[in-house]
Amino acid sequence: MSLHRADGIVLRTQKLGEADRIITILTREHGRVRLVAKGVRRTSSKFGARLEPFAHVDFQVFSRRHQPLGNRALDLITQAETIAPYGERIVNDYSRYTSGTAMLETAERLTDAEGEPAVQQYLLLLGGLRALTSGEHAPGLVLDAFILRSLAVAGYAPSFYDCAQCGAEPTQDAPWRFFAVAAGGVVCPNCKPPACAVPQRPTLDLLGALLAGEWRTADASEERHRREGSGLVAAYLQWHVERGLRSLKLVER
Amino acid sequence: MGRDAARGAVLAVYEGVVQDLIDELGRLPNIGPKSAQRIAFHLLQADPVDVRRLADVLVRVKETVRFCELCGNVASAARCRVCLDPRRDPTVLCVVEESKDVVAIERTREFRGRYHVLGGAISPIDGVGPDDLRIRELMTRLADGSVTELILATDPNLEGEATATYLARLVKPLTADGALRITRLASGLPVGGDLEYADEVTLGRAFEGRRSLDV
Ligand SMILES: [Zn+2]
Ligand SMILES: [Zn+2]
Repeated sequence: MSLHRADGIVLRTQKLGEADRIITILTREHGRVRLVAKGVRRTSSKFGARLEPFAHVDFQVFSRRHQPLGNRALDLITQAETIAPYGERIVNDYSRYTSGTAMLETAERLTDAEGEPAVQQYLLLLGGLRALTSGEHAPGLVLDAFILRSLAVAGYAPSFYDCAQCGAEPTQDAPWRFFAVAAGGVVCPNCKPPACAVPQRPTLDLLGALLAGEWRTADASEERHRREGSGLVAAYLQWHVERGLRSLKLVER
Repeated sequence: MGRDAARGAVLAVYEGVVQDLIDELGRLPNIGPKSAQRIAFHLLQADPVDVRRLADVLVRVKETVRFCELCGNVASAARCRVCLDPRRDPTVLCVVEESKDVVAIERTREFRGRYHVLGGAISPIDGVGPDDLRIRELMTRLADGSVTELILATDPNLEGEATATYLARLVKPLTADGALRITRLASGLPVGGDLEYADEVTLGRAFEGRRSLDV
């Protein structure tokens, strides 16, 4: 028997039995873990609202056996302290709520293996929630930036300038025009598959800026290019995760 | 065919039914395979009269109980008891997630208005969006202007709060001329608890939901 202490972000909660919940948390050191919070649904629970989605918490886990955290579904959370209650600044704005939920689901799906360290994904999510709650950028842009960077961390970095297939640099000072999800981004005329999208130039510039974190370019983008960009981001993400993301089509942009 | 073979055949059928029962129980909310097995064996050992009563009530509930055409609450007729009661105030409408919330509020005897049951809360990660709830029906009920106060009594958790946010924004145009007031249940602090032990989120919500006190 042992006690572990960790910090992480609550991704999802699911009802369990009468008053308990299974809490999925993306931790700094142990990746994604699923734990049980006993009695958390009772109004008298000592956990209060600390273990709701978006919460950044410092928590203690009671393990019944000497094994790495998260190897079993039923380790118990015994204590939780709030580090940052991001949910509070998300739930009062519906666009933030739907974009933020899609971020949580993306993080969950891109950390396939439970208990496997995913520190970069964790740091990305933390940064994403900070950006979302600061209100400095449109929630939809924060979401798309998060998805693109999460895919990059997972090894699926899309290309929005050089050819994703052969690496050829474009001849003029403009990205290749053809976008092929399966190829991993824009492609040159030689690598172009029969079916591909031809997005507008500012859309590709926007996506490149989101991936690189150039917020000045992203914030200045037009609505129609954001819409086209989010369509490409969604298609690219769906290609790389097995089942589609449920929350993505409910995002209010 | 020997006796053993005949018994074997009976045994196989018997096992099949038990497995069917476990499978059906396992489909119920919050019941995992282990719980389903426990309940199944409990039923196997129970008095046949008790089991018959349970089976009867399951069949009867599906045959006789439906959802109120107006508010979505469980009802034994086209409309529920609350909607049929002429003494209930039709100008105050309380929005809740589930029928069991109606029961909880009725138990307080504080509320004399009527209800609207959404059928859940907006939870995109579970694939539940506004179109999956009885929100269009709510807007229809508000359209004639007879409701003057809308109480948002969704659960005091993240999904409930987000649902209240969505509804408040949707209904806001109707409040412009002062004909409709939107209120939210003051939530959070458990009665009998110490303020210092309340978590930050709950305490924050209690502050947001504070009401003015008449002195
Ligand atoms: Zn190429
Ligand atoms: Zn009714």
